[in-house]
Amino acid sequence: MKGLATSFISGVVFALGLGISGMTRPVKVIGFLDFFGAWDASLAFVIAGAIGVYFVAYRFSRTMPSPLLAPDFSLPKRSDIDSKLVLGAAIFGFGWGLGGFCPGPALTSLASGTPAVAIFVAAMALGMYVHSRVSEIRAEASAFAAAPAGGMQDA
Amino acid sequence: MHNFTPFASLLGGVLIGLSASALLLLDGKIAGISGILAGVLKPVKDDWVWRACFLAGLFAGGLLLGKFLPGAFDFGLIRPLPLLALAGLAVGFGTRLGSGCTSGHGVCGVSRLSPRSLAATATFIFTGALTVYLLNHLAGGSL
Repeated sequence: MKGLATSFISGVVFALGLGISGMTRPVKVIGFLDFFGAWDASLAFVIAGAIGVYFVAYRFSRTMPSPLLAPDFSLPKRSDIDSKLVLGAAIFGFGWGLGGFCPGPALTSLASGTPAVAIFVAAMALGMYVHSRVSEIRAEASAFAAAPAGGMQDA
Repeated sequence: MHNFTPFASLLGGVLIGLSASALLLLDGKIAGISGILAGVLKPVKDDWVWRACFLAGLFAGGLLLGKFLPGAFDFGLIRPLPLLALAGLAVGFGTRLGSGCTSGHGVCGVSRLSPRSLAATATFIFTGALTVYLLNHLAGGSL
């Protein structure tokens, strides 16, 4: 239960950080990405502030046997850079530059009641659904392709 | 650099870092918004409630911003709706294919010096900048 309250409060603080920093304003995000135009360096300070704090917190967490309110840490373990990672990040970057919203600011901005934001978020959820369907279909197809061979096969 | 806001941005960044740190040190979770959202849209047993709580917090924080800092929603630049929908599709699909977004890769992963997150972050900043460059310089900034 405590963990759920802290998740909620983390969400509130995260949203306040996004709002205060300027991340909820596409004009700032697109200004930051406009390196060859009227570059607005502000978001570099958001990144510096967030990474500065989290860098220390992460190193501290390595000295803890477990988190304070949960049995264990659930951290990503992979370290291989594959084509899905790079292609996915490239497609995300395209959408970020086009719309000026990434997922956190878009969800936070839903609270403003702006229809355009709701359209972005609905499209984002649809994009996630499409990815999940495509992955399922691909998994089924490769299982089917692997079946006649009869052996163990791994992509 | 007419809209430069280094102090507000640094303060906001510190708050984002504190929030992500609390989620790590208290609950052992990574504050990756796209992953948190995906885990609610397609729930896994016993692993969606904390995600829903975080997202509810994000929305509640948005309501507070609307009341006390309405300038946070002075978007300044909203693309035409078809482009915005295309952007949303790309952000949703791309963050799932690439296993993360600005928060999970850009903040948490880069701080952990994860090679995957460093590669992803360099990639999405590059394609984001390229997209803005093409829109501003080929479309003449008219969108």
